[in-house]
Amino acid sequence: MRGYGRATPYLFLAPYLALFLLFVVGPAIFGLWMSLHDWDFQLPGKPFVGLQNYKDLFDTQSTTAEPFWHGMRATGIFTLASVPFLVTLPLGLAVVLNRRFPGRTFFRAVFFAPYVLGVAVVGLMFRYILDTSFGVLNAFLGLFGIGEIGWTTEQPWAFASLVGMTVWWTIGFNAIIYLAGLQDIPADQYEAAELDGANRWQAFRHITVPGLRPVVTFVVTITILASANMFGQALLVTQGGPGDTTRTALMVIADTGLAQFRMGQATAMSYVLAACLAIVSLINFALLREKKS
Amino acid sequence: MNTINRRMMLGGIGALGAAGVLTACGSGSAGKPGAAPAAGDGGAKGYDGPAVELDFWNGFTGGDGPFMRKIVDAFNSEHPNIKVKMTVMQWADYYTKLPTAVSSGRGPAVAIMHVDSLATNAARNVIEPLDDVAKALDLKQEDFADVVWKAGEYNGKRYGIPLDMHPLGFFYNKTLMTQAGLDPAKPPATADEYMAALDALKGKGIQGHWATPFQFTGVMSVQSLLWQFGGELFNADSSKTTWADEPGVKALTWFTDLVKKGYSPKNVAQDADNIAVMNGKNAFVWNGIWNINTFKEKKGLEWGVAAIPNIGGKPGAWSGSHQFCLPKLKTPDANKSTAARVFVNYVSQKSIEWARGGQVPARKQVRESAEFKALPEQSILATQVNDLHFPPPVPGIGDALAELNKAVNEAVLLKTEPAKALSDAAGRSDKILEANRKKYGA
Repeated sequence: MRGYGRATPYLFLAPYLALFLLFVVGPAIFGLWMSLHDWDFQLPGKPFVGLQNYKDLFDTQSTTAEPFWHGMRATGIFTLASVPFLVTLPLGLAVVLNRRFPGRTFFRAVFFAPYVLGVAVVGLMFRYILDTSFGVLNAFLGLFGIGEIGWTTEQPWAFASLVGMTVWWTIGFNAIIYLAGLQDIPADQYEAAELDGANRWQAFRHITVPGLRPVVTFVVTITILASANMFGQALLVTQGGPGDTTRTALMVIADTGLAQFRMGQATAMSYVLAACLAIVSLINFALLREKKS
Repeated sequence: MNTINRRMMLGGIGALGAAGVLTACGSGSAGKPGAAPAAGDGGAKGYDGPAVELDFWNGFTGGDGPFMRKIVDAFNSEHPNIKVKMTVMQWADYYTKLPTAVSSGRGPAVAIMHVDSLATNAARNVIEPLDDVAKALDLKQEDFADVVWKAGEYNGKRYGIPLDMHPLGFFYNKTLMTQAGLDPAKPPATADEYMAALDALKGKGIQGHWATPFQFTGVMSVQSLLWQFGGELFNADSSKTTWADEPGVKALTWFTDLVKKGYSPKNVAQDADNIAVMNGKNAFVWNGIWNINTFKEKKGLEWGVAAIPNIGGKPGAWSGSHQFCLPKLKTPDANKSTAARVFVNYVSQKSIEWARGGQVPARKQVRESAEFKALPEQSILATQVNDLHFPPPVPGIGDALAELNKAVNEAVLLKTEPAKALSDAAGRSDKILEANRKKYGA
């Protein structure tokens, strides 16, 4: 290795860098290029339209603005509704699962298990559970005299259903990350606190929470991004309805690009969505970063 | 999605990998028209060249798959120098994969396409004209129902050889009809009879026709009604949307009233209307002919099928159609082109086997055969053949029709009044039609 000197780190990086350039940077630049055209890969003419695709997204008279912003709104509502649950519930779960008790490994496995299912499986399952007329959920509620609820065809129930199934499906993933974070907090801090007479809540408040800060930042960020990219659940369970209220930005983009073959418009939408997410992530980091003492 | 097969909705396993919009299109090169259409005999005289292998793509993932497989196996054993390799995938995936495969030179030699996707794919250079096949096989308009034949044409050229039609039909639960004092041998056929039957069912506490807000099959029902009331979806040159005119409003109002007047529960979920017929909770459902085999498999279900009742005054029903098409090959291969035509010809003539899978053969001669008449349910639905409607052969028409789906959804869920839902959607649809004219240069 000595002979390569300064090149060593770059040589180690090279394989990943090559893949990164080929599959991330390359397509991203190509997509930017596409978004400046009226692009259908199958048509001979791909006229250059400059920023028209972007301008159209802000022009209510265009064909793309209305569906796109409806999609953004659906995405925003879903993200706002799901992230609080997806951040707090797994934390509680992790704290409980971090304690020593018989069967702990079993419960860890139980809560993580749904995460390994594909979205198609989860979607199909919840369609059976949530069906207005034949679903298990309405049958159960009926025992208490609660009338039929249109879990997939009425608002706000449709959003409640999507959030509920997403929490059930992905709770294990965030919990595992929290668990790893919890195990990084030195045990002697808790011992010291105990000696000082701190109760369990105080220990959580003053040791666990600060100790988890970087982990929380990470979890909040990836959860926001994951929620903003919600696609399969709405496609399979609500089909974007009722109306187009749960038709997320990604569904609009996929439909525009892959079903209507308006790749230029779809990539323009992707970039606007990406810019919004970048801004949200930056704000998120600014709010949650560790304060330098 | 332009064309969604019901099985995709049922199975719910759609195009989930569709997130990669940015990277979706490999080379980005213009799909250069490859082979010029072979000018030969269109496969009528067979193929005696060297051995070739043909890829054959379709989306027959449901009960129809095994029937097509059987036909392909028979073809392979009768044609030692042609080997057809059938690849089946979900329709939703199929319609995004096929153009990409064709543009990168990996497209199949033969493919199946729904009639409403033909014009789009023709305009996008995905498939080649096959007038020579139609000519060589002596296929004429009079062999087929007019609409299905015309729907396979775009810009004065033929792009699809119709294999079948899959119309909407009227399925009913005989047990429930008997319970309500109705004669299960005489299903209601007119608007008055239909309402009388629904009232009789209501008298027994049965909601008789569940109105589903989804494309399968609520939107198809509303389209059928629109034609019955004398309407059209688009004007003659498909430059304007006309579903918000009086017939369309009448159609959607009639359908929405099923909910408002209590003949249907509110908020019917996807496919719940059909499941309810099988479970004895709903008496009537308008569903596709593909439903025959689904109902047959349900033990203890007493059911019947009839033509869609004439509610609006003029018989009419929605229908789809599977058509054969030949995707463009990047490197022209005369042998493959001929062999592919031989195959299309063969299947077209064997479409009786296909009818057993739950379809109406497009060919008149097969439809009139004794073998087809021995399929009672299929034959009943085939009586509608002159009243069937297809979307106009206009590229990207599915993009515009997607707006109608939204309007029906909102109206049937009682969110928006039918007239307003339709005219809002028509406004959006008009813009899409205009954008498509520009895009496809039509």
